[in-house]
Amino acid sequence: MCLGIPGELVGVVDDHPDLAMVDVSGVRRRINVGLLADEDLSVGDWVLVHVGFALSKISDSEAQAVLDYLEGLGQPYADELDALRESDIT
Amino acid sequence: MRFVDEYRDAGRAQALAADIAARCEPGRQYTFMEVCGGHTHTIYKHGLEDHLPEAVTLVHGPGCPVCVIPMGRVDDAIHIARQPDVIMTSFGDMMRVPGGTGSFLDAKAAGADIRMVYSPLDALKIARANPDRRVVFMAIGFETTAPSTAVTVLRAAAEGLENFSVFCNHVMIIPAIKAILDSPDLRLDGFIGPGHVSAVIGCEPYEFIARDYGKPLVVAGFEPLDILQSVHMLLGQLADGRSEVENQYARVVPWHGNRVALAAIGEVMRLRPHFEWRGLGFISHSALGMAEEYAAFDAERVFDLPGLRVADPKSCQCGEVLKGVLKPWECKVFGTACTPETPIGTCMVSSEGACAAYYNFGRFSRERVREASRA
Amino acid sequence: MNREQQVLDRIERARRRKPVVREERITLAHGAGGKATHTLIEAVFLEAFRNPLLAPLEDGATLHLASRGDGEAHRLVSGEDGEAHRLAAVGDGGARWLGQPAHGGGRVAFTTDSFVVSPLFFPGGDIGDLAVNGTVNDLAMCGARPRYLSAAFILEEGFPVADLRRIAASMAAAAMAAGVAIVTGDTKVVQRGKADGCYITTTGVGVVERPVTLSASGARPGDAVIVSGPIGEHGAAIMLARGDFDIEAPIASDTAPLHDLVSALLDAAPQQVRTLRDATRGGVATILNEVAVASEVAVVVEEAAVPVGPEVTGVCELLGLDPLYVACEGRFVAVVDGACADRAVAAMRAHPLGADATVIGTVRDDPPGLVLLRTAIGGTRIVDVLVGDPLPRIC
Repeated sequence: MCLGIPGELVGVVDDHPDLAMVDVSGVRRRINVGLLADEDLSVGDWVLVHVGFALSKISDSEAQAVLDYLEGLGQPYADELDALRESDIT
Repeated sequence: MRFVDEYRDAGRAQALAADIAARCEPGRQYTFMEVCGGHTHTIYKHGLEDHLPEAVTLVHGPGCPVCVIPMGRVDDAIHIARQPDVIMTSFGDMMRVPGGTGSFLDAKAAGADIRMVYSPLDALKIARANPDRRVVFMAIGFETTAPSTAVTVLRAAAEGLENFSVFCNHVMIIPAIKAILDSPDLRLDGFIGPGHVSAVIGCEPYEFIARDYGKPLVVAGFEPLDILQSVHMLLGQLADGRSEVENQYARVVPWHGNRVALAAIGEVMRLRPHFEWRGLGFISHSALGMAEEYAAFDAERVFDLPGLRVADPKSCQCGEVLKGVLKPWECKVFGTACTPETPIGTCMVSSEGACAAYYNFGRFSRERVREASRA
Repeated sequence: MNREQQVLDRIERARRRKPVVREERITLAHGAGGKATHTLIEAVFLEAFRNPLLAPLEDGATLHLASRGDGEAHRLVSGEDGEAHRLAAVGDGGARWLGQPAHGGGRVAFTTDSFVVSPLFFPGGDIGDLAVNGTVNDLAMCGARPRYLSAAFILEEGFPVADLRRIAASMAAAAMAAGVAIVTGDTKVVQRGKADGCYITTTGVGVVERPVTLSASGARPGDAVIVSGPIGEHGAAIMLARGDFDIEAPIASDTAPLHDLVSALLDAAPQQVRTLRDATRGGVATILNEVAVASEVAVVVEEAAVPVGPEVTGVCELLGLDPLYVACEGRFVAVVDGACADRAVAAMRAHPLGADATVIGTVRDDPPGLVLLRTAIGGTRIVDVLVGDPLPRIC
């Protein structure tokens, strides 16, 4: 339950503190940010958008952590591939 | 697209796939259940199973909130939609789901005013714009979507709207997982946990699975690399002899969940004593209804519903498929009487239903398809 | 006084008299065939589509179609035809008249299409643009040079005349841009509540001047699959214009006449184009499935190669749609001999409407009748035929 898409907060909506403008790949929609009242949201933050609501604030550091983990994983494999490519038994 | 494309990288996927294969103990079979329909959809859409070794099997679970709505409830919704002054609003997912007497699309063709919306807030907008009509929102989904419905009702109350109500069919993930765990037919090694439900309820509610049933669970994101990494982490736990709840989707899921979202649900909704799940039968404390204070926004009280229990067609085996006991092609009517054009059960209608996903491979085996594309 | 002079005089008098539609909205009288109908036709359609072939306002237009090479013209009279001709149905209902007309010579392409889009006006165009470009494109997919269109209108009682003028103006502009003339037509009015404002049916006639045979059954293993530009723009624009989703996006319909781009392609690869199909309802995925089944081949698409604009991607991700199934109105799919793929793409890219043309896949012999997608992460899945309309989802 499931379709949530990362979007960037690009603006506030006047007179509506619980609404904000979000940008998803150039597409904009007003969404309700009331569920993130506990967070300190500002323009430029990224949130997960689900049915017109911001469900969660996306953590840059955690996002990078996944990529770092995968990077570390991949190194032995990539080395292997390089070695394979470079070797020539003919 | 940021936070999306990085998790669809082919090179990283291959590296991960190699590592997953390396982690599998020779001769051992692993079966993991991905509970959430969104995971089923990602796996199918990206052809993820091509990156998994033969030793790893993914079983699709009951985390499809559309799939588990009993036919009688769909009939109730259509009954509401047929009232002459009603505008029924619904997510696209529901439009083709068959009740006992047809789907929303059928009812719409026969003249009911049924409109597709992206958000419950859109339904509220329609209610404001049509004060002389009664606007009803068909609320479906797990705990992911319930807070949005709740906040919408709170707004309707704050604005004093008198023509808006919700037909609440929100269900809860933990009782569904428990029903799987207590099912005798299934042998699972671990769970790929629902990412967006967890953004609301957090990771703690799953701890009983690891502690009491000894099964590891990894809360997973919805991009291909998220799912592959989660499988990698599950294998790691099994290799270490651990069974814990781990959070692969930490960039979105806070360990303790979303307090504000849970409070909104708590304010507007109440736990139903029991609720019928298609294929799983009656499960107690597994679904949400509207709280007493918000009775004015409860479509079940605003309208007189037939509330009839409609038995699934005898041939329908959605229940077993939802529990992961049967693979789609093992269902007696899969691909013959039950197809995407003529669906008997919701597993075939929903875009994330296991049967709809597998139907495409009904003509050729995965192996042949894989060969052909590699040639 | 000769015929042409008579016609020109009539146009002059008509212009001078300038018939006026006084009503703001279409009424049943406008469909009755009497004075009101006549005034509507003259004041709105004749005014917009102004050309000598339409002006006589006969039941049908008599056309001269030049054929290539032998310098003889055949005459095509719309309506009756006493001669027996073999008709081969090809492509999007475009039919090539294969019979032996009295004077010999080239082939005639013939097609029809109805336009019922809602809303009528949307970013990038309106129903009038679609009505002209859609039929022009069906002719183009036969390899024909589009020449003449008919336009039949079904109008709802109460439809604003101002909107009708807008639509007629769009059609006139589109026809001019496409180099076609709207030479005959019809108008009916139906009661309020039917026809969603305005429905248009256009039928088109064109001449196939090249010796090409284009068919969905012509694809062969080794062929390349080319798409002429970014996909999904029209469908996304329409979905947003319906206003249900409160989404703002700078997406406009891609409606455009494609015959010129097709010419550029056929000039570069005169014998090597197997199939041309414009990707309308059901999107690119639907075309590919039609080809795979008709030719009994497999079509393998590389997901990373399929051109999709970032905003269309954003809308599809938000709503849970697959761009491969979203409609276009100004893009086509070409299946060409693999050996000349580069040449074909280069020729298309030199044309403004083909600037982003690209190879998206290849044709294999196995498994026949299927379309496969090699996903961005290196997996494989089947791209099946669509069941019903693509619906947004939240799951």
